[in-house]
Amino acid sequence: MNLKELSKREDRLSSGHRMCPGCAATIIARMVMYSTELPIVVTTATGCLEVSTTIYPFTAWKIPWMHSAFENAAATLSGIQTAYHVLKKKGKIKKDIKFLAFGGDGGTYDIGLQSLSGTLERGHDIVYVCYDNEAYMNTGVQRSSSTPFGANTKTTPAGKVSFGKQQFKKDLTLVVAGHHIPYAAQASPHNYNDLMRKAARAFEVEGPAFLNVISPCVPGWGYPSEKTLEMAKLAVETCFWPLYEIDNDEWKLNFNPKDRKKPVEEWMKPQARFKHLFKPENDDVLKKIQARTDLEWKELKERCKVE
Amino acid sequence: MKAKALSGAESVANAMRQIDPDVVPAYPITPQTDIMHAYAKFVADGVVSGELIRVESEHSAMSAAVGAGMAGARVMTATSANGLALMWEIVYIASSLRLPMCMAVVNRALSAPINIHCDHSDSMGCRDTGWMQMYAENNQESYENMIFGMKYAEKAKLPFMMCLDGFITSHGIEPVTLFEDEKVKAFLGEHKQDYPLLDVDNPTTVGPLDLFDYYFEHKRKQSEGMFLAKGIFLEVAKDFEATFGSKIDIFEKYHTDDADTVIVAMSSTCGTAKEVVDKLRVEGRKIGLLKLRLFRPFPSYELKEVLKGKKVIAVLDRCESFGAFGGPLFSEIRSALYEVSKPKICNYIYGLGGREIDMAMIESIFDEIEKYTTADIKDFVKYLGVRE
Repeated sequence: MNLKELSKREDRLSSGHRMCPGCAATIIARMVMYSTELPIVVTTATGCLEVSTTIYPFTAWKIPWMHSAFENAAATLSGIQTAYHVLKKKGKIKKDIKFLAFGGDGGTYDIGLQSLSGTLERGHDIVYVCYDNEAYMNTGVQRSSSTPFGANTKTTPAGKVSFGKQQFKKDLTLVVAGHHIPYAAQASPHNYNDLMRKAARAFEVEGPAFLNVISPCVPGWGYPSEKTLEMAKLAVETCFWPLYEIDNDEWKLNFNPKDRKKPVEEWMKPQARFKHLFKPENDDVLKKIQARTDLEWKELKERCKVE
Repeated sequence: MKAKALSGAESVANAMRQIDPDVVPAYPITPQTDIMHAYAKFVADGVVSGELIRVESEHSAMSAAVGAGMAGARVMTATSANGLALMWEIVYIASSLRLPMCMAVVNRALSAPINIHCDHSDSMGCRDTGWMQMYAENNQESYENMIFGMKYAEKAKLPFMMCLDGFITSHGIEPVTLFEDEKVKAFLGEHKQDYPLLDVDNPTTVGPLDLFDYYFEHKRKQSEGMFLAKGIFLEVAKDFEATFGSKIDIFEKYHTDDADTVIVAMSSTCGTAKEVVDKLRVEGRKIGLLKLRLFRPFPSYELKEVLKGKKVIAVLDRCESFGAFGGPLFSEIRSALYEVSKPKICNYIYGLGGREIDMAMIESIFDEIEKYTTADIKDFVKYLGVRE
């Protein structure tokens, strides 16, 4: 995608909102919305992106936008898209419009999973983007089913008898793949070309499309705010967050480091939420994380039929 | 038009067919299912122009309804009991967005224990959500209230709940006279949503974060909207009567004018109560029934007027309000009458989980309250037809 061309496209989320400096969610949102020139109607689940962009009487959204509740961004969008379908058929709406939902991992992996699954299964022509910052950041860093094994959160604090979160991260993209929708992908904001190509494809296909995008969080992960894209990049290079897409049931790996695959510790070390794992007594936790990452990477390569 | 033998559910579905909403998101729950079966058949046969979204839960049904409504569509749905309870979060959001829609609630008891039969705890649990509510006595009323309610909702810019008794009304078959399709269409006209999301040239932010500096004003305005809805009710009722020749009113007075003692009730129980009134009137007893049709907005002023000068009033609640002084209808009517003549007033909670209420039971209420014209009321809140 041509940067010069992109720079001419209208910003649909204006500056002046109250997201944290260095937040990946707004970078992701803007990139996704640059990826189509058609008008978009957006719903957003309760979360950082929602509360920080629409503090009444202000709004950062230059396009039609709606928030209803935490768990229903997908269901709400399915209603909007159906209304569009009917009203267009009746000749009451003339324009071509795209429909997009944003949700964090709390609103997508957890409380909104049923609403998302229903919307995908019914085949609505929408795009759902999860900005996955791996915990309930808006409410002050509580664990979600997306939080990595061993991470220190407010509800899984590391303590004398606990090393942090006791469960591995849910593989939501795989859950979504089970719906056999036209398009699903994992992406990262550090690779804007890949992310925007995927978003463009998501808008292009007829029927539901899902993007799961890693979204480093400065206060929740605990790293300097200028390192956001670096954190995203390391998640990909360690294969903790592989970049891949499933286009009409065809699995494709988009980045394969092969023998340059970095140990997952390189991604974890700069983050305060994993600090306690680098004490000698938690060595086995680190080993488990590496083993799990390797296993999921191996399974993914098999699905994508690459070495 | 000639009357047809229709169940309450089929009557509601026929109203939906004639209203022909753009979007109907719905999820099955007994006893609402018969409405959706009939409507789904209308969709399958191409006799309606809208789309049915077969959602994966009632929570998503209401969410999709709110989304479709904000997009600019005319929206309807239907549910019962636990389905309404699951919707609750979004029910509140629908009214707070001043979104008109019409939902049939086929009244059914709430769990636990699970029970599929009629009482009003589901819709009464929603009495403070900012939805307008009417309760239908029979199939004809269920049908007419739906058509009335759709227009009422759009005029008042508020959502409307049309409550009919589960099984008793929804599955009971009665002769129902349907209006002509074209007349219904003309009565409703085109729906025009304020600030629709699909107007991409005039983008609106819907549902922002609203804190201590504005939230209260917004709620105050919503409250005023509900207050004004009472006047709109009368306007739309006038229009309805002029179009269809059928009367929609806040309540139906059944021999109340010269009555000393009056039962106030809602829904199908009123049909049984009317039989009792007829029987006792023959005996020369000065008794009557006030059937309340509109519960929200609550007609406190009108009730005050109509119940002024009565000696004893018995309010029938098909709903328990745990820990309160009597059922919801009782407390509101009692409060409405506080500043006037203060008639003696007592409460009967009955029919929970579909427990039968028959003529003998209603007659026993009249027998009892007639005694209170001279004697003092001993128990203000009683449970009727329960083994204690």
